[in-house]
Amino acid sequence: MYDFDYQRPSSMPEVKKALATSTDAMPLAGGQTLIPTLKQRLRKPAVLVDLQGLRGFNEVQSVGDKIVIGAMATHATVAASPILRKRLPALAALAGGIGDPHVRNRGTIGGSIANADPAADYPAAVVALNADVVTDRRTVTGDAFFKGLFETSLEQGELITSVHVKLPEKAAYAKFPNPASRFALVGVFVAKFKDGVRVAVTGAGPTVFRVKTMEEALAKSFAAAALDGIAVPASGLNSDLHAAADYRAHLIGVMAKRAVAACS
Amino acid sequence: MPTVSLTVNGKAANATVEGRTLLVQVLRETLKLTGTHVGCDTSQCGACVVHVDGKPVKSCTVLALQADGCAVTSIEGLSQGADLHPMQQAFRDCHGLQCGFCTPGMIMTAVDIAKRHPEADEATIRRELEGNLCRCTGYANIVKAVQTGAAAMRQG
Ligand SMILES: Cc1cc2nc3c(=O)[nH]c(=O)nc-3n(C[C@H](O)[C@H](O)[C@H](O)COP(=O)(O)OP(=O)(O)OC[C@H]3O[C@@H](n4cnc5c(N)ncnc54)[C@H](O)[C@@H]3O)c2cc1C
Ligand code: FES
Ligand code: FES
Repeated sequence: MYDFDYQRPSSMPEVKKALATSTDAMPLAGGQTLIPTLKQRLRKPAVLVDLQGLRGFNEVQSVGDKIVIGAMATHATVAASPILRKRLPALAALAGGIGDPHVRNRGTIGGSIANADPAADYPAAVVALNADVVTDRRTVTGDAFFKGLFETSLEQGELITSVHVKLPEKAAYAKFPNPASRFALVGVFVAKFKDGVRVAVTGAGPTVFRVKTMEEALAKSFAAAALDGIAVPASGLNSDLHAAADYRAHLIGVMAKRAVAACS
Repeated sequence: MPTVSLTVNGKAANATVEGRTLLVQVLRETLKLTGTHVGCDTSQCGACVVHVDGKPVKSCTVLALQADGCAVTSIEGLSQGADLHPMQQAFRDCHGLQCGFCTPGMIMTAVDIAKRHPEADEATIRRELEGNLCRCTGYANIVKAVQTGAAAMRQG
């Protein structure tokens, strides 16, 4: 790991100022992705700005008809949140299935979304729920947030402050975990809203994506059987030592059915 | 260079560090608490697990400065003098180790499992141990040890 200057400001204006001091400054949340990345010398920030000094960014709250999750809420906090377990258990379960207990004690929703790993779990929820990603500058819809492999619509120095989730009628997440890392080989989040169904897939492609054919079929009949015969093309999907693209395409169908079945 | 102030196993500890210094380096290299092991250094194996403010974390994946002001408990902080912690005793009694390299992290994780799931069944224990790898035992006796240790901790 190359050395860097570590800072832990205690207010948002100070954090922004610290991030603005250099184009090589990076925010540090749970460090569960960033520290391994630094060890591999894949990044060389001059300054790391630790966000843990900020107060009030690590809570899960009910605000009107939405649930607001602070960017610094750990996976363990989301998994244990009484509000989520009651009103959106699919999201609590997703967080409880990330990595292992130690990773969940440190890793945060903001860090996971900002990182946009193709196999990360949260992106599936953010897109299926079309959650608003709120930053220090603006609000980005879930549909517009993820741009590609490790690529989001965040600008240099832009900070995620919270994620605002609209409650669906029903939702479930089914993942086929890589047995070693627990990352999603394929994960499918299905959310049924009054005005339609959204199906988002992580792990299979370079970034999270929706499957419109499945959404239309489920809007007509919200049952696993409605997905019979709907194939997702393998072209463009990931092939690596863990799974070939055609296997991932197959798993999308299997995981989508499991998620729908788990909704009822 | 920055300094970090910790409470380690109940005692105040200060160290001069770099930004990039890991918590495990302060424990092992500065404080000579070599019970905490580095198995992989890639956040996978859990040999380096310690408790920071009561929560188990991989100390190879926490910067020393991130833990500034925190209370850290390492494997050395569990026993009372010569009396082993009930979870340590259970690993000994159940033959929950062979080479012993993974054991400090296993026990730190196990103590947390027992706190959160005092009546943990085998499936829960195996799920909760997902972040701790053992290359020797095949896990059967580790699971037994966690169950036995949790029962002993319940009895207090
Ligand atoms: C062993 C292991 C297993 C894992 N398994 C899984 C898994 O099964 N599923 C899964 O989804 N993930 C998994 N992860 C990744 C884990 O969820 C990370 O916690 C997460 O990807 C990053 O969150 P963090 O808070 O640790 O972020 P950090 O590592 O601190 O930061 C990650 C990136 O996001 C940026 N960043 C952080 N916070 C913000 C913010 N608020 N605004 C803007 N940018 C920000 C940082 O600058 C950095 O570029 C695993 C990690 C490990 C080590
Ligand atoms: S040494 Fe920390 S997880 Fe392996
Ligand atoms: S006892 Fe050897 S690695 Fe677990």
